Amino acid sequence: MSVWIEYAVAFFLLVGSAFALVGSIGLHRFPDFFMRLHGPAKATTLGVGCVLIASMLYFSSQHEGLHVHELLITLFLMLSAPVSAYMLAKAAVQQQVKTFNRKD
Amino acid sequence: MSRARWLTHPLGSLGLLIVWLLLVDDFTSIGHWLLGGFLGLLIPRLTSTWWPRLPRVRSWKQLFVFSQHMLTDIVVANFQVARLALGRVDNLQPIWIEVPYELESDLAIYLLASAISLAPGTVAASVDRERSLLTVHALHCEDEQALIAEIKQRYEQPLREVFTCLPQ
Repeated sequence: MSVWIEYAVAFFLLVGSAFALVGSIGLHRFPDFFMRLHGPAKATTLGVGCVLIASMLYFSSQHEGLHVHELLITLFLMLSAPVSAYMLAKAAVQQQVKTFNRKD
Repeated sequence: MSRARWLTHPLGSLGLLIVWLLLVDDFTSIGHWLLGGFLGLLIPRLTSTWWPRLPRVRSWKQLFVFSQHMLTDIVVANFQVARLALGRVDNLQPIWIEVPYELESDLAIYLLASAISLAPGTVAASVDRERSLLTVHALHCEDEQALIAEIKQRYEQPLREVFTCLPQ
């Protein structure tokens, strides 16, 4: 494995974990339920995406041939993240959870 | 069995073939191409009763524009959420907005709601089919009307051009 691929894998791993970390920090810091929903619904998609790119690079250079089955994870993540955010939001509206600074 | 009945969902069959090849992670073996193709033909045929009526894709160009908007917005959204999460939380002004939509098919509404959830600063929270309203939660918004106009122009416009209205 060439040095440049190692650098690229390390870069994508670091960027991905940074985004996942920031998503979790948002989860901790935002004041109400609906705002907390924004972190996991978005920041994790790019975080997981970068980790998967790193994985594809690593395994494609490690073994012969192209190994891109991580694309499936990306596909199912993009399908399921908005739906789970929607279900959580809908449940929270039904439960009338407390909100912060709500104008209505 | 006529050919039309076996290929009722050509895109579904193609999708299943690709998913199978990705799952076994082997594009070189003819056996997996055949097995994937067989599954791609068989599964839509066996499950055809449960398939919803899918709208026809009228404009592939607009579908491409829509996915391009979504991909760029996912990246922008990540940076924006990161900035907001690390910045001062007290200054945020979260609000609820109601976005009227003019789409008819379930698939188009699903795509619109997903795009809103993946877009910067907004999460779709409920769909009102009777009044054609999407309730959207915005993380930080100063101009409500501008946000509604942006959602309509950036996502709904391409989607409306992608799908033709189905004759009922």
